[in-house]
Amino acid sequence: MSIDIATAAKVAKLARIKVEDDALPALAQEFNDILGFIEQLNEVDVDGVEPMVSVTPMRLKRRADVVTDGDQPEKVLKNAPDAREGFFAVPKVVE
Amino acid sequence: MLDLTFDTPTPKTIAGAKYDWELVIGMEVHAQVASKAKLFSGASTKFGAEPNSNVAFVDAAMPGMLPVINEFCVEQAVRTGLGLKAEIHLKSAFDRKNYFYPDLPQGYQISQLYHPIVGEGEVIVDMEPGIARRVRIERIHIEQDAGKSIHDMDPNMSFVDLNRTGVALMEIVSCPDIRGPEEAAAYIAKIRQILRYLGTCDGNMQNGNLRADVNVSICRAGQYEKYMETQDFSHLGTRCEIKNMNSMRFIQQAIDVEARRQIAIVEAGGEVHQETRLYDPDKGETRSMRSKEEAHDYRYFPCPDLLPLEIEQEWVDDIAKTLPELPDEKKARFVGDYGLSEYDASVLTAEVISADFFEKVASTAGDGKLAANWVINELFGRLKKEDHSIEDSPVSPAQLAGIIKLIKSDTISGKIAKDLFEIVYTEGGDPDAIVEARGMKQVTDTGAIEAAVDEIIAANPAQVEKAKANPKLAGWFVGQVMKATGGKANPKAVNQIVAQKLKD
Repeated sequence: MSIDIATAAKVAKLARIKVEDDALPALAQEFNDILGFIEQLNEVDVDGVEPMVSVTPMRLKRRADVVTDGDQPEKVLKNAPDAREGFFAVPKVVE
Repeated sequence: MLDLTFDTPTPKTIAGAKYDWELVIGMEVHAQVASKAKLFSGASTKFGAEPNSNVAFVDAAMPGMLPVINEFCVEQAVRTGLGLKAEIHLKSAFDRKNYFYPDLPQGYQISQLYHPIVGEGEVIVDMEPGIARRVRIERIHIEQDAGKSIHDMDPNMSFVDLNRTGVALMEIVSCPDIRGPEEAAAYIAKIRQILRYLGTCDGNMQNGNLRADVNVSICRAGQYEKYMETQDFSHLGTRCEIKNMNSMRFIQQAIDVEARRQIAIVEAGGEVHQETRLYDPDKGETRSMRSKEEAHDYRYFPCPDLLPLEIEQEWVDDIAKTLPELPDEKKARFVGDYGLSEYDASVLTAEVISADFFEKVASTAGDGKLAANWVINELFGRLKKEDHSIEDSPVSPAQLAGIIKLIKSDTISGKIAKDLFEIVYTEGGDPDAIVEARGMKQVTDTGAIEAAVDEIIAANPAQVEKAKANPKLAGWFVGQVMKATGGKANPKAVNQIVAQKLKD
């Protein structure tokens, strides 16, 4: 797998990370180094091996349908750069 | 015998400038799970709360907060799957669907792309008695809802409320088996009905608790059949997705408008591009949501915060045991057991509460057909007039059954029964007692009726001559006798006696 400059720019945009044009070649190269390293795993034969999702012998924990949280709008909004009348206020986003 | 047989409806065709076109529609219905708490947090799901008051730190995506799944929501998804006769996957898993939007603080929605909890099922969409479309369900998965953005409170800002963030949704994905706008509306209505029977979603479309994304494409006659034979989508046209519809009327309009847009493009030699569009009911057009296109490279990957969801077959079996009788079975039983027409059975089984009301009336009155007539024509008609629903019916099943029993025993005539119904509806009371107290009993005493007939005949010799020449005019005498007896004479007896007397 090879990441070119256009792909690096696209990934940066999707992740909302600003990358200047002149930094893109180096970024693409870093991606390639990382992916190349990971690709070594392809050498392992995993035919018939079930994917392991956790190293601990645990099952997904479940909870009952009970309201135990909420009623704390001031805490939820505390770190908001802008909040008005109980809402988060953000620059206009509209289709 | 629980199934009613049916024929397949004719697909809707739209005439273009050059050819006739058929429509192919698939739907993704988002149904809010009727749970008290959210899917991964203990915050309330209650509608209409103060902004940001139903928010846990998990929902606000505060650093370090971890999701813990609400078991009830899983149960409702399984229940819905069973209700749609679908296969239940004992092992499913959660994935992250990544995108940025102010009402999605996590920066991703937790969903189930690769391993949904429910697999293939089906739903029978009734169009009219004896005609229905079998629509295949591809899958149902569980996912989080997003928050709500309000754009009209300030000219430069959008306001975000996270109360809905993290509420559990079931996304019910159909195969492209829906063949017209009316079928699409009927499909949503049927899904809504089944969900309400199951109790897994309240089906409130106005509040957005049930909404749909609609995939529309067009094809020439014969292409769809090739697709069905091969399941190869290349036989069909390119589809466009109309997002976020929560009105049956708008869904129909949007499909029609979108199909015509695609036909115009294709007939002009152009190509339809697969994209997401939004329906604008004011302008009657669909518009591309171009800004969303690029952003919607979702980069799904398994959610590292959640282990796979493993459920037990015994649990699924226990849930299956608690399923209620579903609309199709109930309708078939009403047709079979009470001798109702399929149409009447459909009306009565639209809501569980109507069906239960009817069954109480029918069993107490001992007459299914008469009970169906009275519930549908008199009660529903009267309730509708005042914009009331069956929940607030002032007439109880026992009272309505009482009226019907009085008709059956020939104690009152059908006409008087309607007056009696009106009294019971507006004033309440026991039908038997009202009939007794107000002298509404039908006169079946032939002597009394004969006397009334004789009186009318004696008073109208000219009419008698005419009626003798033309027996059809006998009806006039019947009407006069009914009037003279205040509508209480047994109409059958009056008819006989009038006919007899005019012959003499």
